Amino acid sequence: MTDFAASRPLADPRAAYPEVFASPPLQRLRTPAAVAAFAAALGFALWWTGFFDLARIVQGVSKLGWLLQFMFPPAHNGWLGEFAWGLAETLAMAFLGTLLAAVVALPVGFLAAKNVMPNWLLHFGLRRTLDGIRGIDTLIWALIFVNVVGLGPFAGILAIAVGDVGVLSKLFAEAIENVDRRQVEGVRATGAGRVQTMRFGMLPQVLPVMLSNTLYFFESNTRSATILGVVGAGGIGQQLSDRIRVNNWDEVMFIVLMILATVYAIDLVSRNLRVRIIGRQDYRA
Amino acid sequence: MAHAESAAESADVAVERFQADRAIAERLRHRRTMVFGALFVLALAASIQVGEVRPDRFVEGIGGLFDYIDRTLPKATGGGLVADAREWYWGLGRWLLMLFDTVVIAFLATTLGAAAGFVLCFPASRNLMRGAAAVFVSRRLLEIARAVPELVYALIFVFAFGIGPLAGVLAIAIHTAGSLGKLFSEVNENADIRPIEGVRAVGGNWFQAMRYGVVPQVLPNFVSYALLRFEINVRSAAIIGFVGAGGIGQELYLVIRQFIYADISALVILIVLTVSAIDLVCERLRHGLIGRESLA
Repeated sequence: MTDFAASRPLADPRAAYPEVFASPPLQRLRTPAAVAAFAAALGFALWWTGFFDLARIVQGVSKLGWLLQFMFPPAHNGWLGEFAWGLAETLAMAFLGTLLAAVVALPVGFLAAKNVMPNWLLHFGLRRTLDGIRGIDTLIWALIFVNVVGLGPFAGILAIAVGDVGVLSKLFAEAIENVDRRQVEGVRATGAGRVQTMRFGMLPQVLPVMLSNTLYFFESNTRSATILGVVGAGGIGQQLSDRIRVNNWDEVMFIVLMILATVYAIDLVSRNLRVRIIGRQDYRA
Repeated sequence: MAHAESAAESADVAVERFQADRAIAERLRHRRTMVFGALFVLALAASIQVGEVRPDRFVEGIGGLFDYIDRTLPKATGGGLVADAREWYWGLGRWLLMLFDTVVIAFLATTLGAAAGFVLCFPASRNLMRGAAAVFVSRRLLEIARAVPELVYALIFVFAFGIGPLAGVLAIAIHTAGSLGKLFSEVNENADIRPIEGVRAVGGNWFQAMRYGVVPQVLPNFVSYALLRFEINVRSAAIIGFVGAGGIGQELYLVIRQFIYADISALVILIVLTVSAIDLVCERLRHGLIGRESLA
């Protein structure tokens, strides 16, 4: 093996195997073609959405600068109570929406787990239904529920709950599918029925994961609940869009800062609780 | 004999101490459970009060939802399947154009946001930047960009730039810059330091060290994150029209507000189909990128 190269010296490998050294023309063209296609798409998108309308851009930017001037210093102008109530509504919506979603997702998650429900037709149907619910944004649900139950935070609660049932059930089902079988079999071996097996064999294993997922959703729902008011579903978003409509930019900035502080505080509390429940773990969602 | 007795005695002491410790631990756990339980009940009661929740409204809400969904479903007119479908999707051409708008908004916002995030992620990485001030400033910039919800940016930009996709692109792009910039800088902080030192050793400046030492290792991950963000942004672009920032959301808002039931289901199905199709394509692309990377 070592004298392979010495035994068969190639005078000119480039001449002997030209196809090894020259990349085919199509392959050589691939990178520049991809770059050109991307640049063309980018140029088209910029033109299509109106970025080349210089007058509009200049006018918009100067208007933005004007807005920023009016935003500082932020002020509540005596509306602090209303804003605080809006934030309380937002938190209540996130809390109840998440709780409701988790309560519904617990049984649905068991039903959607392959090791609990071996019937593939039922499993498939349930999973696709959940996917469909998940595909519809919370804001769309909020708009629909405003039509169904009227303006106010209750519409927001239902929107968050319905929107999250899809995702949480899927996450719960995946957690249940990954349980350690040995505990389940141990419980079954003592003569436990189906429900008892789930309660004592599966639930203790998956409960921490479920709790931690639910807390994580509470965090993210606090963020989404801040904007549901834009379509009339209660919370601070209502105040925010009202202030923008009537051009009170110092109040807009004040509300934005209040939202940021609240979201930050909730993140902190919820992250601490999550660490207590399942130990330190990295979340990237 | 005395030995055995004292051993038994000390065992008794140990058992007693263990039981005392356990009693304390149990009491602490019990107390903690009580505290958390009380906090939970308190939060629940307050939320029910603030959220205007009453049992009869639940019945109304859930019943109303099914009624609503039923009303949005197309009615068979007896004119045959094709005629019914045509009746249902009467505005298909217009809607497809709006969907195209939506995807263009998402594409442009992702590209612009990724570009801004790319520029900011190098100064925001602690291992690549000497000056603490630059790290601090770029990190705060990224935080502000991603902490404010897209819809809030959209409301402001619609006011400044007028109704249309321009405002939507800017709003989503800023949010994207914030979240991608953070993810990018996390990738940077896990990058191998040796290629950077190599470039520095042959006399390269900071920009060259970034270009030839860092970018080649992190680019596949960057592209994968950007594709993931594109998927998210398609969803955002579909609803950003609720406040007038372009895309199919504008039409959806209109038909929901005006109770044009058949159009609601038609549009929602179109949006869900588009989003899932794009998810599928992006997932395949991402797996290709990351797969190739793990082989190397």
